[in-house]
Amino acid sequence: MTSPLQQKLKITGPVVITANRLGDGAVVYRTLDGHWTRELDQAAVVSTAPAAGELLTAAADDIGAVGAYVAPVCVDKDGSVRPGNLRESIRHAGPTVDLPTSFGI
Amino acid sequence: MYLYDDFDRTLVAERVSEFRDQVARRLSGELTEEEFKPLRLMNGVYLQLHAYMLRIAIPYGTLSSDQLRMLAHVARRYDRNYGHFTTRQNIQFNWIKLAELPDAMADLARAGMHGMQTSGNCVRNITTDQWAGVATDEIEDPRIWAELLRQLTTLHPEFSFLPRKFKIAVTAAAHDRAAVRVHDIGLRLHRNGAGEVGFEVIVGGGLGRTPFVGKTIKPFLPKRDLLSYVEAILRVYNQFGRRDNIYKARIKILVHELGAEAFAKEVEAEWQPIKNGALALDPAVIADIAARFRYPDYETLDDSPPALAKARATDRRFAAWLDNSVANHKVPGYAIVTLSLKPEDGPPGDATAKQMDAIADLADRYSFGEIRVGHEQNLVLPHVAQRDLPALWRALDTIGVATPNVGLVTDIISCPGLDYCSLANTRSIPVAQELTRRFRDLDLARDLGRLHINISGCINACGHHHVGHIGLLGVEKNGEEYFQVTIGGRADENAELGALLGPAVPYGEVADVVEDVVAAYLELRARPDEIFLETVKRVGVEPFKERVYATR
Amino acid sequence: MPLVKAGHAVEDRYLPILDEAPIPDSVPVIIPAARLIADFADIAGREAPTGVLWPNNRKVSELEPFLDRLALVALVFPTFKDGRAYSQARQLRERHGFRGELRATGEVLRDQFLFLARAGFDAFEVKKDADATAFAETITRYSVFYQPAGDGRTAVQRARRDHARRAVGVPQHETVR
Repeated sequence: MTSPLQQKLKITGPVVITANRLGDGAVVYRTLDGHWTRELDQAAVVSTAPAAGELLTAAADDIGAVGAYVAPVCVDKDGSVRPGNLRESIRHAGPTVDLPTSFGI
Repeated sequence: MYLYDDFDRTLVAERVSEFRDQVARRLSGELTEEEFKPLRLMNGVYLQLHAYMLRIAIPYGTLSSDQLRMLAHVARRYDRNYGHFTTRQNIQFNWIKLAELPDAMADLARAGMHGMQTSGNCVRNITTDQWAGVATDEIEDPRIWAELLRQLTTLHPEFSFLPRKFKIAVTAAAHDRAAVRVHDIGLRLHRNGAGEVGFEVIVGGGLGRTPFVGKTIKPFLPKRDLLSYVEAILRVYNQFGRRDNIYKARIKILVHELGAEAFAKEVEAEWQPIKNGALALDPAVIADIAARFRYPDYETLDDSPPALAKARATDRRFAAWLDNSVANHKVPGYAIVTLSLKPEDGPPGDATAKQMDAIADLADRYSFGEIRVGHEQNLVLPHVAQRDLPALWRALDTIGVATPNVGLVTDIISCPGLDYCSLANTRSIPVAQELTRRFRDLDLARDLGRLHINISGCINACGHHHVGHIGLLGVEKNGEEYFQVTIGGRADENAELGALLGPAVPYGEVADVVEDVVAAYLELRARPDEIFLETVKRVGVEPFKERVYATR
Repeated sequence: MPLVKAGHAVEDRYLPILDEAPIPDSVPVIIPAARLIADFADIAGREAPTGVLWPNNRKVSELEPFLDRLALVALVFPTFKDGRAYSQARQLRERHGFRGELRATGEVLRDQFLFLARAGFDAFEVKKDADATAFAETITRYSVFYQPAGDGRTAVQRARRDHARRAVGVPQHETVR
């Protein structure tokens, strides 16, 4: 299986680098200053393959998170960042169904 | 139920200690993710969309009330107060932290539970009939054989790095509730012409990208030879299963490519040198394992106690539940009770920690402390005295596990789908929920009769859609969620894969399509008691396709 | 890459010989499979120990005619996830009765040590130094084994029988209320 680093990155719009935090598996995004954040609006948003590649390489070396990859985002006119597809929306906001906590009894 | 002894407990404790060390080495960076991944998988730890997921083995679907309480404890202490019962009789927790896993596993180990064999390229949880030991149509308890196989295959040094996962199922009843024909190895305990009891060995069944119904390679295997023969099959697979392509790595591909006969020959060649060796089962060993299964001290009771008939006559809701969720037991005066985990609007197969605790208490009170997990994602109380049914029902009703829809259209089998799973193309839980709303009318559901809907969010088929009467497979088209619909599948002794109905339909329309399929059935059925599956068999797919796709 | 034998790192006496290189007389060597088969007539008479590097996609039954003259068989794990050599090891030990050094090579990591030992390996070309030092501790991590393998560790069925014989007077059967 080709590592994400070796795959030629095809960037056709704004993207972020995302991964799962090592300790608890929570969804995180890469920041410009080389950290991981839970907040999408603090993530580094880039639009070129070289920029994405650089972020991805740094992310992959960081043992704080697992399985870093490039994920599409949408940037609104006011600059706010939203996940770019259904899967990323679910990763960002959690399951689209209620957890069965108030369920039954 | 099987009682652990010191040896079993020691093994699990040693396993926990090893995993604690492995987690520490992962968190410190000494182990890379690539090195750690197979190790965590061998303990049932996945990394999913939102968090780590822990899958815990429930060997052959049998739980004690204390074990169910421990699962409730894990849900509360380490997760978000609920668990999900799977199509392989396991349970999954979706929000576990890696750093807390060793503690969670230590807690589970105290109740004799673990995540061994629930993931990775090894032999997985050996599943069987959820009515094992109490079914009226079984010739003996298949769980003894499942336990012997569990011990053979747990942490097996030779078979922990197979080409791919390996699933075994055992049945001992005329009606196969364990789906043995769609497993890597299926074992059917039966009586031969001479009256001896032995195994039909079926190999190479499976669902997923290339589904197959398994082939019989040994019509009758004496009990004595079970372990050595299974070891021979695994050895052939370990050596010759494909490792170049993850989608062609299951044993079903090897059996298909070699042909059943050639494959059987390879197994014979591996088997002959070992059949009289250390794995030959002498009656003493079998008796020892059998003795570790505790059976209830049943009272001598009559069938159909008068109080039962009275309750039935005076309470319609109780009567509906009795007719739907209660099955005959092999011991007079007793019953097998299914607890539906498929309430209207509910995620199929989920139970809250509170429900688990309540069910554990009810098991103590009414079922000799024993619970079963079925592959259709419902629970079972296997030893209920008929006279206790009215009281039990009231209690089950209060905790929301008495929906009288077992085996009906709203008893949907579904994988977790894209809401949780990183492999999925589509969501599946909301589809199931919508279908429970569309078909909420119990009179309609009863009129439709037995109808299994299976939903898989991707081709890995964890929802077993290939063998659903109606199967829904989630696919992706242009970044959108779509479903392929199949009809006419079945998983039992007449196992068959469903046939494609027509072009894939968008997520927003799939519930409408299912309603149209059901409407077509109502129109096409020969009599009210001809079930959906029989109608499809009789008229074929075309009439359904015409009606469903007429306006699409 | 340390070689671990008998629980600790040792010096490797064996010289690996590549395909066409001349085989020195008085030195233990490991030669490729094809070479063993092609040149066996010459090799059979060697005084110094001879070993073979056997690929994991060839049946070990092919090695049978040569086993008496082999002091060492090296099997291969191209990745630690490729488990074919476990079956090869057991067949060599248990079916063909091989008693010489059975060496694990390739990607040999700490968390597979016990599986390897149980399958019959007694020498390990370990990938990481840290793993070599951890060998003795790792190998004793488990005391209970469910299934018999060729390593002689008592499987649980036997252990239970032995234990039961020693514990006299313990009630065996209780019923559940």
